[in-house]
Amino acid sequence: MENNIVITNDSFAKLEKKKTVEVSVERQSVWKDIWKELRKNKVAMVSVVLLAILIIAVLLAPLSPYDPYKLDASQKLQGISSSHWFGTDEYGRDYFTRTLYGGRVSLLVGFMSMIMTVVIGTSLGVFSGYVGGKVDMFLMSFTDIFLALPSMLLMVILNTFLKPGLPTLIVVLSLFSWASVARITRAETMSLKERDFVVATQNLGASNFRVIVKHIIPNILGPVIVAASLSVANAILMESSLSFLGLGVQIPRASWGSMLQGAQAHILDYPLLAVYPGVMILITVLSFNLLGDILRNALEPKIVE
Amino acid sequence: MNNLLEMKHVAVNFAAYGGTVQAVRDISFSIEEGQTVALVGESGCGKSITAKTIMGLVKKPGKVMEGSQIIFEGTDIARYSSKEWRKFRGKECSMIFQDALVSLNPTMKIGKQIMESLDNHAVTTSKEEKKKKVIDMLKLTGIADAEKCLEKYPHELSGGMRQRIMIAIALISHPKLLIADEPTTSLDVTIQAQILAEMKALQKKLNMAILLITHDLGIVADVADKIVVMYAGKIVEEGTVREIFYHPVHPYTKALLNSVPRLDRDGKEMLCTIEGNIPDMTNPPKGCAFCERCPHAMNICAQYMPEEKTVSSSHRASCWMMDERAAKGGVAHA
Amino acid sequence: MWKYCLKKTAQVVIVMILISFFSFAIVYFAPGDISDMYVNPEMTEEQKANVIAQLGLDKSMTEQYFAWAKRAVHGDLGVSLSNKSAVWPQFMQRLPATIILMGSSMILSLLLAIPLGLWSGYKKNSWLDNLISSLAYMGMSIPSFWFGMLLIIVFAAVLKVLPSSGMHTVGNVSAFDTFQHMILPCITLSIGHVAVYIRYIRANTIGQLSEEYVLTAEAKGDSQTKILFRHVLKNTLLPIITLMGMNLASLVCGSFIVESVFGWPGIGTFAMSAIGSRDYPVIMAYVMLSGFLLVVGNFIADLLYAFVDPRIKRGGASGGK
Repeated sequence: MENNIVITNDSFAKLEKKKTVEVSVERQSVWKDIWKELRKNKVAMVSVVLLAILIIAVLLAPLSPYDPYKLDASQKLQGISSSHWFGTDEYGRDYFTRTLYGGRVSLLVGFMSMIMTVVIGTSLGVFSGYVGGKVDMFLMSFTDIFLALPSMLLMVILNTFLKPGLPTLIVVLSLFSWASVARITRAETMSLKERDFVVATQNLGASNFRVIVKHIIPNILGPVIVAASLSVANAILMESSLSFLGLGVQIPRASWGSMLQGAQAHILDYPLLAVYPGVMILITVLSFNLLGDILRNALEPKIVE
Repeated sequence: MNNLLEMKHVAVNFAAYGGTVQAVRDISFSIEEGQTVALVGESGCGKSITAKTIMGLVKKPGKVMEGSQIIFEGTDIARYSSKEWRKFRGKECSMIFQDALVSLNPTMKIGKQIMESLDNHAVTTSKEEKKKKVIDMLKLTGIADAEKCLEKYPHELSGGMRQRIMIAIALISHPKLLIADEPTTSLDVTIQAQILAEMKALQKKLNMAILLITHDLGIVADVADKIVVMYAGKIVEEGTVREIFYHPVHPYTKALLNSVPRLDRDGKEMLCTIEGNIPDMTNPPKGCAFCERCPHAMNICAQYMPEEKTVSSSHRASCWMMDERAAKGGVAHA
Repeated sequence: MWKYCLKKTAQVVIVMILISFFSFAIVYFAPGDISDMYVNPEMTEEQKANVIAQLGLDKSMTEQYFAWAKRAVHGDLGVSLSNKSAVWPQFMQRLPATIILMGSSMILSLLLAIPLGLWSGYKKNSWLDNLISSLAYMGMSIPSFWFGMLLIIVFAAVLKVLPSSGMHTVGNVSAFDTFQHMILPCITLSIGHVAVYIRYIRANTIGQLSEEYVLTAEAKGDSQTKILFRHVLKNTLLPIITLMGMNLASLVCGSFIVESVFGWPGIGTFAMSAIGSRDYPVIMAYVMLSGFLLVVGNFIADLLYAFVDPRIKRGGASGGK
């Protein structure tokens, strides 16, 4: 060791310490963060690609030469062929086209009710967490009741009272899904509220509304996006169950769920009809679930010792 | 006296998200039979990991590096298989942890938790005999109502009692070395003193060595024979209690001492905190790790690691200030 | 402990009252005039008024509620609109089928999920863990009714080894026959729960293994198996009881769907047909009954948890969560 040490004249002079300049790291936008994390994960990329293909295919559905609603008894229950990729159903409609149109409905319901769920859940959660005290206690007991309800059942029953249709379906789905989002956003808000920068802004006289919009909401975006992804998955799953029971999407419109209801009648003699829509649901729900989970793990603050 | 434990060039790395953390960097020290050694340093300096290394409890992503030697009674235990480790832990060497509440299984009765160590190591004895041993041990640690205590759960006891239980668990098989990792940090001051006194008394009765790990030099003075000061994964100074307290050499040791409230000093003196933070251990500085925070830092400190120099037969330290050239250079520029 | 029980009981009572309000509201606000169901055009105005008075339909909503609640407590949940017979006995007749299905699904879920979840968490990131976790993801994302249909296709249509619907083969009342009928519905009902439990137990096992007390156990010289089975297992599984209580809601919903896929003659199919024919007293009774099952199940789970977890049992009032 000693050999390598080069002693110069000022080796033993007092060290002039450089003042370390605190470089404030510019906060990357959440979306950029998310994209970076997803790029790193193979499973996530596969999910993103699958969903992208599905969404594009569903959007391009009108390009299909077949009418998804036109009945044609002469073409009924045909097998797979070059003209009918998924065959035809019991009314002679091209099943591939039906599946694409069904996907439009399922995805639309999924996204719309996700948006409603997130908006209701986040507003309630942030409000409850920010205000705190008795209001918070009351709102959270209310939320807990919603969490413990057999939501599927109540949806079924509500649907018997309301006029069936897509808007009803979307409202009912979000009505029973916001509670978990509210729980998450409330917890995040509670912890943010105590943080220095929020307290400082409050002390500077910013209005509560401004604090919530400028400081709380942007900082809980991560968990909200995770919840949104899981919520799409959940909504599509629930929609399919409701439609399967005949209480969701009404004919002649179809969603993947209601197509499965139709397929049930032919399950023993023509089981393939039951396979396609189910696989679509599985792929979509699985992808959204995986994305949500991967994002949750990625966005969690890492503890590095 | 014979060396019970000898650590030779022990290094531990942790593979972390941002790179490899060099938690323990080539440390060597020894513990004699029946001796109490205090390993002192700030949190994050690698002292707890050193303790876990001796117990073979460094887990992934941590890794004890090649070339590390841990000689316990003449055997290099660093090479132990997991089966050998199991025989070693609790029997040859035991460990107690900082927070007894989380260190005890919340849903298992105290008696059973102490008994487990006996189950692991004792030559087959009857259940009654084992129970008697446990009760004796509990009494030894100063728990009056030992029989009742066996049937209790950890949350039903006070903090001091829980720490006594931890001691009982550790000592039930009469280990030769007890590692106490911040054993009194979570307790209040009066209980702290009691527990330390208890440990000291038990040490005499059972004739064991203690490795006391702490960030608090204040509790060390009465208990330890030898002090080892660690900073950023390295040993910066080692000496007897007297040497460290009255003739500290390393600026870090001095700073630590200044941060301890002392009765023998003039009350007017300010208690000092050490400015700054410990360096990033994924990329440790190439010179002295303390350089950044050292009030006496010289140019060479930032460039080269200081070598260990002996002050007396029992006193060693690593600091460029000890170099005979330091004084001259420093004066010339001052 | 007693205080804890009392508190829980009070909660149950409050929730039951809320459920009864809700159930009553279903009938009260049901579209169309209920009295239409009981009067016919041949009746004179006076006769009609008599019938309405007899039914109490001329009273205020609160009076009607209390009258209804009083009857409900005595097991009188009204008369089905479609077959004009009392609702309660019809439910009681179908309830065992549903309970058997739900109970066996619960047992199956636990039998599968506990070893798989525990192993998955213990061998975190091994290939087996990856396999189990992937399967759990699939189970979480698959619509249960579709999974049921696939099972029917494979086991009933293609392999022809298991029946696809009902509870008995006509003319066969052996327990084995019922068991055969139960296999597919039971698996279908369990799939989602198994997935949830596996993920939960896995996460919990990983969490418990990183607890400090595990380090203490290791420092005593405990072997890995001893740590897993004597220390971690109990602490991992205790919260499952609460989770099971919470999952009762989805079990009730799940059985509703599964019963209709497999034509299982439980209260779910009964309610489903009632929904089809807008038979409100039956729908109401179903809500009451499901709510009751749910609340009582949760109550049992809470008490059981308090009983097995020493932190609550011994802690008394202060030990409650």
